[in-house]
Amino acid sequence: MVENRPYRDFFAHAVLITGVLLVAFPLWVTFVASTLTFDQIVTVPMPLWPGDHFFENYKQVLTAGSEKGSSAPVGTMLVNSLIMALSIAIGKISISILSAFAIVYFRFPGRSFFFWSVFVTLMLPVEVRIIPTFKVAADLGILDSHVGLAMPLIASATATFLFRQFFMTIPDELAEAARIDGAGPIRFFIDVVLPLSKTHMAALFVILFIYGWNQYLWPLLITASESMYTVVIGIKRMIAGGDASNEWHLIMATAMLALMPPALVVVLMQKWFVKGLVETEK
Amino acid sequence: MAEISLHGVTKTFGKTEVIHPTDVTIDDGEFVVMVGPSGCGKSTLLRMIAGLETTTSGEVRIAGKRVNEVEPKDRNIAMVFQNYALYPHMSVYDNMAYGLKIRKLAKDDIEKRVQRAAKILELGPYLQRKPRELSGGQRQRVAMGRAIVREPAAFLFDEPLSNLDAKLRVQMRLEIQKLHRELRTTSVYVTHDQVEAMTLANRMIVINAGVVEQIGAPLEVYDNPASLFVAGFIGSPSMNFMPGRRAGDGVDVGEGLVIPLPPEARAGAREQVTVGVRPEHFVAGAGGGGPVFRLHVDTVESLGADSLLHAGFNGTLLVVRIEGHSTPKAGTALDVSILPGKAYFFDTATGKRLSA
Repeated sequence: MVENRPYRDFFAHAVLITGVLLVAFPLWVTFVASTLTFDQIVTVPMPLWPGDHFFENYKQVLTAGSEKGSSAPVGTMLVNSLIMALSIAIGKISISILSAFAIVYFRFPGRSFFFWSVFVTLMLPVEVRIIPTFKVAADLGILDSHVGLAMPLIASATATFLFRQFFMTIPDELAEAARIDGAGPIRFFIDVVLPLSKTHMAALFVILFIYGWNQYLWPLLITASESMYTVVIGIKRMIAGGDASNEWHLIMATAMLALMPPALVVVLMQKWFVKGLVETEK
Repeated sequence: MAEISLHGVTKTFGKTEVIHPTDVTIDDGEFVVMVGPSGCGKSTLLRMIAGLETTTSGEVRIAGKRVNEVEPKDRNIAMVFQNYALYPHMSVYDNMAYGLKIRKLAKDDIEKRVQRAAKILELGPYLQRKPRELSGGQRQRVAMGRAIVREPAAFLFDEPLSNLDAKLRVQMRLEIQKLHRELRTTSVYVTHDQVEAMTLANRMIVINAGVVEQIGAPLEVYDNPASLFVAGFIGSPSMNFMPGRRAGDGVDVGEGLVIPLPPEARAGAREQVTVGVRPEHFVAGAGGGGPVFRLHVDTVESLGADSLLHAGFNGTLLVVRIEGHSTPKAGTALDVSILPGKAYFFDTATGKRLSA
């Protein structure tokens, strides 16, 4: 819109502010609740201004967990989640960039067969193959471990496909110039392909980190001991039973903690993320 | 520096033969231009010399050694691509130095070579810039710099000027000429632009549909085209062709005009003969001697120094180049004749030049 009329400005702002409020209000309630005591939360109406139990509540969940539900400290869970999300994000990126490199730059028998079989797995999300995957994980003896949390989720058809599409936009002459310059495939990959893929890798990292962090079903199945819980599972385990027996102030504090890392990743990598999605320069 | 030679080189993709058996020798220090229409196989031929494409049969030799099985990097050649193929994330300096770094040359040697190339190509102020911060002409200079620093036995140019605008193209053409004068490195240059071919080449190789039609110095090819294709491809505007049939010791081109065949062309002439005349080889009036053509001027293009007349004769449209200020009007008739010895005769069926 090029026109500039006051009532339009007002209207646009009204829509945007309403949207922000709708999204932000539940977050605010969560935050407020995490600073109150249990008794304050269950009073009706619940206060909408932060109380003075902030440090107390957060210290309690980080070091000792809840009292009635799971008693695993959220600190450990955060570390577990971090390990899982990072290994999934980094693992997915490194495996898929290598397989895309192979598919685009090497002519080998069955090249398109392999590409299509990778592509077909796009149709099989974790939930579909969860029981066989569990069986495989059990046979490998990686149940209830960090490896078990991350490894079965590490192959990524989506990322392979994205990298393939990106590599195909890199002019062939660049690979030929590198060949004449004397760079072998690995040199070419490290010196040319990787630096050119930086922004794409960053964008994918953001998406995949959040994907890994938010995994629920798989960690729920594979973890047994509290020391292996991810924070998403932790929240679930804290909700033990009926409404009154849950320590909502601690659960809300855990929820706040659980949403900080993905939010941080998005905020810190926003510039790269947008660049990776829109950049077309070769 | 080295001599490059092709011996019976062919290339087939599947069942289609894109390069028919080709024998060419490019002398040491020579600048050879391969010219032909798009898809004629000239780039494929160049890429076979570079080693980016395998040869189906035959032998490629660089400096006397068979290189068919040698990797591009070990052929001691450097290539300049049409789209420059610069590494976008590296500075100009690193682009030029990359190949040398891989060869593990000493740092100060690399520095010396890059600085020297930068000086030749006037890239000094841009060494720390990224390719995207350069203009098209500068990028192409960087691509050439990358070739120069290698100090290769031969430069291979693959349509290096096609991505530039007309003015830059002329400028870069002169620079490439100057560069070759200074470095005297064997160069093979591929283009579809016959002007580039004419101006740059020591010798040119005219290629059509995977077949080498003619090899020779530009003027020699221009003056003595070996076939209909070469005659039509080299020269702008291109040569006029008139279909005719043999009539005694001449060729009847219609409207009762018989152009006499020179004695050496008579033996090979069969029934169908095509007569070719370049636009600049017509003169107004009967000045050329020989038969006088009555043309019906259709369109006039005034270029200043001279004018191009598009004029009908016996159903074909001829282009005639005449001096700029004596231009007749469209719709009028004009009498022209052919300068002595400037009519070319081709066998219509084979396309080969008669007598030549």
